[in-house]
Amino acid sequence: MTSFPILSLMMLVPLVGALACLFSDAKMARTIALAATLVDLLLGLFLWSAYDVGGAQWQFVEKVPLFSGFSWALGIDGIALMLIELTVFLMPVCIGASWLSVEKRVGEYMAAFLMMEVLIMGVFTAQDLFLFYIFFEAGLIPMYLIIGIWGGADRIYASYKFFLYTLLGSVLMLIAMLWMANEAGTTDVPTLMAYNFPVAAQKWLWLAFFASFAVKMPMWPVHTWLPDAHVQAPTAGSVLLAGVLLKMGGYGFIRFSLPMFPEASADFAWLIFVLSMVAVVATSLIALVQNDMKKLIAYSSVAHMAIVTVGLFAFNVQGLEGSMIVMLSHGLVSGALFLSVGIIYDRLHTREIDRYGGLSINMPKYALFFLFFTMASIGLPATSGFVGEFLSLSGIYQMSSWVAFVCGTGVILGAGYMLYLYRRVAFGDQKNADAAAMPDLDLRELAMVVALALPVLWMGIYPESFLAPMRKDIAALDARLAQARPQGDARLTAGKPKPAAADHTEHAAEGAH
Amino acid sequence: MDWATSLRLVAPEELLSFAGIVLLLVAAWHGDRLARGINWLAIATLAVAAIMVAPSLCCGAMGAGASAFFGQYSGDAFAGFAKLLIYAAAGASLVVAPAFFGRLRAMKAEYPILVLFAVAGMGLMVSATNLLTLYIGLELNSLAAYVLAAFLRRDGRSAEAGLKYFVLGALASGILLFGMSLTYGFTGTTSFEGIRAAMSGEMSKGALFGITFMLAGLAFKISAVPFHMWTPDVYEGAPTPVTMLFASAPKVAALALTMRVALVAFGTQVHAWQQIVIFAALASIIVGALGAIGQQNIKRLLAYSSINNVGFMLIGLAAATQQGAAAMLVYLAIYVAMTVGGFVAVLMLKDANGEPVENIADLAGLSRERKVLAACLAMVMFSLAGLPPLFGFWGKFVVFQAAVQAHLFTLAVLGVIGSVPAAFYYLKVVKIMYFDDPAGKALGKSDWMHQALLALSAAFISPLGYLLTKCLGELAGKAAAALFHVV
Repeated sequence: MTSFPILSLMMLVPLVGALACLFSDAKMARTIALAATLVDLLLGLFLWSAYDVGGAQWQFVEKVPLFSGFSWALGIDGIALMLIELTVFLMPVCIGASWLSVEKRVGEYMAAFLMMEVLIMGVFTAQDLFLFYIFFEAGLIPMYLIIGIWGGADRIYASYKFFLYTLLGSVLMLIAMLWMANEAGTTDVPTLMAYNFPVAAQKWLWLAFFASFAVKMPMWPVHTWLPDAHVQAPTAGSVLLAGVLLKMGGYGFIRFSLPMFPEASADFAWLIFVLSMVAVVATSLIALVQNDMKKLIAYSSVAHMAIVTVGLFAFNVQGLEGSMIVMLSHGLVSGALFLSVGIIYDRLHTREIDRYGGLSINMPKYALFFLFFTMASIGLPATSGFVGEFLSLSGIYQMSSWVAFVCGTGVILGAGYMLYLYRRVAFGDQKNADAAAMPDLDLRELAMVVALALPVLWMGIYPESFLAPMRKDIAALDARLAQARPQGDARLTAGKPKPAAADHTEHAAEGAH
Repeated sequence: MDWATSLRLVAPEELLSFAGIVLLLVAAWHGDRLARGINWLAIATLAVAAIMVAPSLCCGAMGAGASAFFGQYSGDAFAGFAKLLIYAAAGASLVVAPAFFGRLRAMKAEYPILVLFAVAGMGLMVSATNLLTLYIGLELNSLAAYVLAAFLRRDGRSAEAGLKYFVLGALASGILLFGMSLTYGFTGTTSFEGIRAAMSGEMSKGALFGITFMLAGLAFKISAVPFHMWTPDVYEGAPTPVTMLFASAPKVAALALTMRVALVAFGTQVHAWQQIVIFAALASIIVGALGAIGQQNIKRLLAYSSINNVGFMLIGLAAATQQGAAAMLVYLAIYVAMTVGGFVAVLMLKDANGEPVENIADLAGLSRERKVLAACLAMVMFSLAGLPPLFGFWGKFVVFQAAVQAHLFTLAVLGVIGSVPAAFYYLKVVKIMYFDDPAGKALGKSDWMHQALLALSAAFISPLGYLLTKCLGELAGKAAAALFHVV
């Protein structure tokens, strides 16, 4: 194990960058921000290469008892590693997306984004309950400023709504954490993950954490802040929100709710299922009738996140792995979709779908990539979306076939609203002269969409690269959940093949490898 | 217990009184020409007093060894902690005074002298272990404070503030005195230790009335709901340096006094007063949050914010444990820094002619005209709201931790939910400064002393403050241990 504090360094780099941006002019700030995020990307890639797959559960551990009551404890497992990779990968894209479109107060804007990166890194690496809470909550402040200063027309309302909604969700979690620290006598997350809290208390604790993560996730019916925030945020803000911030809710469930309160998670699984089923169907239908592109994608995010939650609470390996892949895939794909919207928004300054049309004629490269991301969002095989949704739904099928059935309709509805969106934007006649005159992607934009398209394809064709680091951690979580696993309605039993046929199946299995 | 020891223990108050009288004589002979010099001398006096107090805190003085004048006064670590905060806050309000009063040609030598007397009174308050010492300290502080509130005597708002403060303060003192007489009548003693012993076991109805009236009187002084009505008016009307003093030092003194009364004198009857404190805490949080929403004046807003923060501190008192007391002290230290930072920022808000800007709407777009000032004020706002990673969060964190450890879950949950509406109006100030178009009002520059003071408080409430949690927690722990050290 390396003793070099690489995780702290990955937080220090954007922090220094943020401070430098505050005191620089626009051009300098852009360069500093891009440099800082690229350095972090390199460090992230180094982190991935140095991560010992199948090694110790917690790697790159740092622990300095700096504060009274909690400590500066960092460390990652495979799940955190993947989410960190997602973050460091999306950050340069965010900076690139706002290279030209942000013109006012560039220094502060870049500083806010770099601060976000620091705090997100903190959330995914914190190994101390209260350190996690501080990072988790602190993200509200820069995001509030990003939406409120650089957002669209209705930005003030959206920023308040975003802030107060998520704050109300999180404060209850603080009380629950205080209780847990008091009960277990430690704030160390790995220890707490193995601590058996009394079942009666678990329910209250689970609900308190649920209040926070459900809002962050966001789950129906507390999702209403998301469309407002997305629509009003600048393009890069939307990419960051959809790409990374929403994953904090899922990460919270997988790191806290499930391992710390397995019995309560099993008891409340029905709640998750009901809310998720409603979310999949309702928000997909809402997405179908949107006239605003960003709003449509925002609602599709809610639907995708519902697939994540059912997968998490499926209590089996497939569900958990599927949820993680959906989170990673959604981070890339929805980020790319918001970016695609941003690219044409920069040209025409409207998000209204009817103002576009026939873009495949004058913007063929754009239309190609937009189609690719649309397909990835639908979950076409060979894109990342397919792997995640397939695993999640097969996981939940073992638990409840009805939930799987209802959530499965989300895939069909998803195809409906995404293809309908694509048809209206890219196909058909060039009914608007100004939209028809828009130039195709320039080099900067091309670089960004290609950068996003490659991992989507990679994850779709060879997901093993992304699953391998997480496999052991998900297996450990699955073992932890075994004590509380509810009986599913599928009642899958292994078949009883004839002795002669057994050999044959084994060969077939080997052949598949 | 000889006189020499007693006199040594009260040395900080002796120094402050003596310096106050000497400076008063100097002022009488030389007039206001020396006002600025006297101001600096007063600051130096406070610094010396702080040096005299520090050892008692650092070595955790407690019990009989720290008790002076036959149990009337205690120079223990608890008093030491509170006094250091009081001196720091009073010193800050002296530093900013010359610039504020100088512009109005109202910088008089009496200002630092009155502050010194008020500080001496506050020192007596936090050290009092006898009802009579308590009352003398309280009145010494209050009398100086009434005059300070009306210091700009030609200004209608300042005079109104002074009168209002006097009438309501006198009423509060009366209520407190009534409670004290009942307590004395039913316990037969004025010493805190004696009251504690006399009240243990079954308590009479009369003594309960005594407790209730005393807490009501003290609630006035700490401006807890439902005795908070004077706060916004007085804070708005009083000259801003005085408001800064009122919001910090006397609040520390009154809260420390309330802690000593509740936890020592009435420490055996926790159940008798716990409900009162819980009610006052929740009511203060809610009224402080809702009342602030409609405010147009930044000083009134900070007044409601102080009501709100007192509510959170009272949660620590409601826990009635040593952790709760330590948590309150930590919160108080952070609160003083936030208040000083907030009011220094308000003092720095001036238009091009140097006229103070107090209207919140006039702060529009401040972030583009005065970047650093706006950033500091925004930090103060987020910190007052208790949002991590700013240090204000830590104050709330420790009081809620104490409440949870004392099994007061309902109180903790209600309190933490109450912090959400409070966040709304802090956000509003940030929104006006950062999101709105510049109003071009607050353009005036300030001198380096204001900037240094603001930088100091901003550094304290920034995430860097967390590095102090260990040291702060240790000192507060010593102070709380002294409070809970009973015979």
